[in-house]
Amino acid sequence: MSATLEEILAQALQELAAVKDLIELDKVRVNYLGKKGLFTLQMKELGNLDPEQRRAVGQVINQAKDQFQQQLEAAKDKLEADALSARLASESIDVTLPGRGQSTGRLHPVTTTLRRISKIFATVGFTVVEGPEIEDDYHNFEALNIPAHHPARAMHDTFYFDAHTVLRTHTSPVQIRTMESEKPPLKVIAPGRVYRCDSDITHTPMFHQVEGFLVDTDVSFADLKGVVYEFLRAFFEKDIQVRFRPSYFPFTEPSAEVDIECVMCGGHGCRVCSHTGWLEVMGCGMIHPEVFKAVNIDSEQYSGFAFGMGVERLAMLRYGINDLRLFFENDLKFLEQFN
Amino acid sequence: MQISEAWLRTYVNPDINTDTLVEQLTMAGLEVDSVEPAAAEFSGVVVGQVVAMEQHPDADRLRVCQVNVGEAEPLQIVCGASNVRVGLKIPAALCGAVLPGDFKIKKSKLRGQESFGMLCSEKELGLVAEAHGLMELSDDAPVGVDIRDYLSLNDSIIEVDLTPNRADCLSVEGLAREVALLNKLDWSTTAVETVAVTHTETLSVKVTAPEACPRYLGRIIKAVNPQAPTPLWMQERLRRSGIRSLGPLVDVTNYVLLELGQPLHVFDASKLSGGITVRYANADESLKLLNNEEIKLDAQALIIADDKQALALAGVMGGSDSAVSDTTQTVFLECAFFTPLAIAGKARNFGLHTDSSHRFERGVDAQLQNRAIERATQLIVEIAGGEVGDITEVTSNEHLPARNAVILRRSKIAQSLAIELQDAQVIDILQRLGMQVADHAEGWQVSPPSFRFDISIEADLIEEIARVFGYNNLPSSSLFMRSELSQVTEGLLEIDRVKDLFVDRGYQEAVTYSFVDEEIQNIVAPGVEAIRLKNPISSELAVMRTTLWCGLLKAALYNTNRQQSRVRLFETGLRFTKVDGETQQQKMLAGLVLGDVYSDQWAEKARKVDFYDAKADLQAIFELSGCDASFTKGELSTLHPGQTAKIVSADGKEIGWLGMLHPQLEKQLGFDSQVFLFELDQDSFLNKKVPVFTALSKYPSVTRDLALIVNESVSAGDIITCIKSSAEKALQDVIIFDVYRGKGIEEGSKSIALSLVLQDDTQTLTETEIETIVGRLLNLLATEINAKLRD
Repeated sequence: MSATLEEILAQALQELAAVKDLIELDKVRVNYLGKKGLFTLQMKELGNLDPEQRRAVGQVINQAKDQFQQQLEAAKDKLEADALSARLASESIDVTLPGRGQSTGRLHPVTTTLRRISKIFATVGFTVVEGPEIEDDYHNFEALNIPAHHPARAMHDTFYFDAHTVLRTHTSPVQIRTMESEKPPLKVIAPGRVYRCDSDITHTPMFHQVEGFLVDTDVSFADLKGVVYEFLRAFFEKDIQVRFRPSYFPFTEPSAEVDIECVMCGGHGCRVCSHTGWLEVMGCGMIHPEVFKAVNIDSEQYSGFAFGMGVERLAMLRYGINDLRLFFENDLKFLEQFN
Repeated sequence: MQISEAWLRTYVNPDINTDTLVEQLTMAGLEVDSVEPAAAEFSGVVVGQVVAMEQHPDADRLRVCQVNVGEAEPLQIVCGASNVRVGLKIPAALCGAVLPGDFKIKKSKLRGQESFGMLCSEKELGLVAEAHGLMELSDDAPVGVDIRDYLSLNDSIIEVDLTPNRADCLSVEGLAREVALLNKLDWSTTAVETVAVTHTETLSVKVTAPEACPRYLGRIIKAVNPQAPTPLWMQERLRRSGIRSLGPLVDVTNYVLLELGQPLHVFDASKLSGGITVRYANADESLKLLNNEEIKLDAQALIIADDKQALALAGVMGGSDSAVSDTTQTVFLECAFFTPLAIAGKARNFGLHTDSSHRFERGVDAQLQNRAIERATQLIVEIAGGEVGDITEVTSNEHLPARNAVILRRSKIAQSLAIELQDAQVIDILQRLGMQVADHAEGWQVSPPSFRFDISIEADLIEEIARVFGYNNLPSSSLFMRSELSQVTEGLLEIDRVKDLFVDRGYQEAVTYSFVDEEIQNIVAPGVEAIRLKNPISSELAVMRTTLWCGLLKAALYNTNRQQSRVRLFETGLRFTKVDGETQQQKMLAGLVLGDVYSDQWAEKARKVDFYDAKADLQAIFELSGCDASFTKGELSTLHPGQTAKIVSADGKEIGWLGMLHPQLEKQLGFDSQVFLFELDQDSFLNKKVPVFTALSKYPSVTRDLALIVNESVSAGDIITCIKSSAEKALQDVIIFDVYRGKGIEEGSKSIALSLVLQDDTQTLTETEIETIVGRLLNLLATEINAKLRD
């Protein structure tokens, strides 16, 4: 005679309680609820009973089966939860360890500075133009109203290849080249390398300039002042003091040097500004009639302004770099600082 | 130019302090570079006079002096200077005086003799760096007066950095004119007394180059005393301008140069033969200059000559043969106007730069010569005596600078400066600038004074008005203009995007000099003609780079020499070459990698960077721009013969190189690890393809893996090219996923495993169709490159 239903149920629940994992659990399930499972067999035996009894016994079996099934589900849920926590525990890592793969490099601070300058001017429609670095005497000097033996040439320590070919001493020849090939209105920024035959603690034989110029009808000195003011404030992201000082460049008139309040000491006077409170940051002026003449632009119809600035100088002031020569040593410890 | 502030203030003395004066000059375009005290700090020094003197009883070289310092009794002061003598007036430091260097003077005993102070030299007062003996004061020096007051030492030396257009300010009078103008004060020029002519001797003057020397004045002054002392006030003014006293004759010419801005020269008349000629030199002439340098003259050199030889390089420097000396009795005083073009560059050609050439190059007032020669004569006679002869003047009016009136339009001022100035304001500014102003229909007709030779066009006048009005008082406007939408060319890849790509792939951007060491370049790029600078700064920066590798290698070495074992650098910029005699300036992108592929980390086994790491970085560029460049086996002496790729564009042009630095160069240059280099022509990848959409296939793609055995000489590129040449419509991609050599593969062969990705646009490929395609490809591979399917 087979075990009673009560015995089966008790046995089942006992086995269930002893189960340690989902595989064992499934074995128990099959053992009792599978095709040949003990509850299944009980149900099959119902067929042998008369209909009256069948119903009552069936009910009892179903009750026992339901009870087992509930316990089974509960055990399953618990085992799954345990398994998940075990997995989570085993898979937990030290998130403070660094990530894998290639590190990121840096742009050179000259590039970063040039990009900012170009970007600021691009907002009012200036476009970037480049020119050759080995330049002829005409574009570097003559057309800019600096004839041979002009004393202003002494201000440019020029590298020569031959009597007519030089390394450009400034980015201004791009002004000439652009005006030769394009018609006003013009709004141009010309960044690039320039060269002077000079090397000491504050000079390197190569450095970068940005030339900017604008030619249109009815451009005035006030427009130049406005653009320079707005640019310097945008560049330094600060409402700094700016002053214009009369100066002289053969290719502009009136010409001005632009000083800003020293960004190191706030204008109180320090070593960087030679205790004057002011820093010279760019030269500018209204394009000289002789320059317009050289490029066949009628200076009665058009006027314009031009400005030029040293990129390293602006980068030094912006980032507090104290030695110009660092820009060209390419020490990784220097380069890695400018993200 | 540097000048004494006190001297400047003798002309015009605005009620402002030094700081304000300096600020005023700077803001008027006469930039003040520095302001230094005229003398170091010291106190307690007065004018003294030696009234009695005895030999020190116990010291041969010392004298015991009685010195009148303006007190009731003379002081006893022991002195060792050789020029001490009775009657001499000297600076006397009293007990309690503090000399420069915080040197305190106390009562002392020298070899037993009491001394109540010290007699001083110029050096001891900090006026000069070297001195011999006591400073000798003039006989009329007032005894007892503080020496600082007597010598006006409470003065500042103002150094003005003048722009080349403002040569009119290269004198104390010129600066005074500006100060008066800025402060709306009156001033007057130095009064010049004409000395009466007392003899008739002259030298003939012939000017054969009147275009270079439109005006030449000279006169003979006889019976001068070249040993007369230059008055202290003059010496001091010269000293404060950085000029050493060299005897009264030269001092006077230097003084007038500073005072009026006119260079002059004195010749020893006894050393001249015949008359004076101003002419261009002959090619065979030479001249020994005052600085004892012998120069070879040429036909471009303007000289002053006598009948026998060259005497002076006109407007630059005199010659030593005709120079004045201690024994000179008769001088020939020269005062000329040379045109800037005749002098410009001449001094520099001979490596010279003098106060005279500096002024003549920039321009001297062409109307100044008469006044200047009279002023110099007056001072020479006052100091050194002399009999004055007539002035010989040769002037070519037609060659004097033309001074045309300039029309200044009201409308142009308004347009240029964006300001409406009152007529009276304009006229006031112009008149204060010394201009003659006449009415004109559209504004004014303005005649600039002779000293403002820089004013010749309307823009010059507008600049002057702006300058005097004050740049910072002029309006500023916000840029408001017609603007057009800017063009954005999609077919151009911006170099900035490529730079960002390299930065993202772990490279630092380098900027290296465009000129490099020729020796290193010859090693790195042998056989390429470099463009040579005529005046390099050093041999290390003497030729233009023909490859960016020179700079990158140098930068990498700089870092490896500083304990960096991992370097990844890239640079963009021009390289410079000669092609058929023409200079080419080509935009390049270059890079260098060495050391570990990743920086030190925990997660992966450390691995050295190799060829394929660098190649991936280049392929990333080509993917950005969508251009079809291929890497083919190449040969370049700089690179390892087995690891060199020539990069070729779709149209077969060489566009760059990639490879490992040749191990020999690696050693020669001083690297201790493998270095990978690449360089690409920017034009090859900056032209980007604008994408064209291809419809997506709705049918599944299938992958077939093949392992092929090929000869070692067959490259992966050959296999891919061969497969792609099949033009199989369904072939989407070929991916190489393994290369195997060794067991099971015959020596001299290798196995290359690859995946073929197949997909048809119009149907799902059947197994039979796939087999057919693969079969066709295998046949092609067998015929073309003798590839066999691995068993």
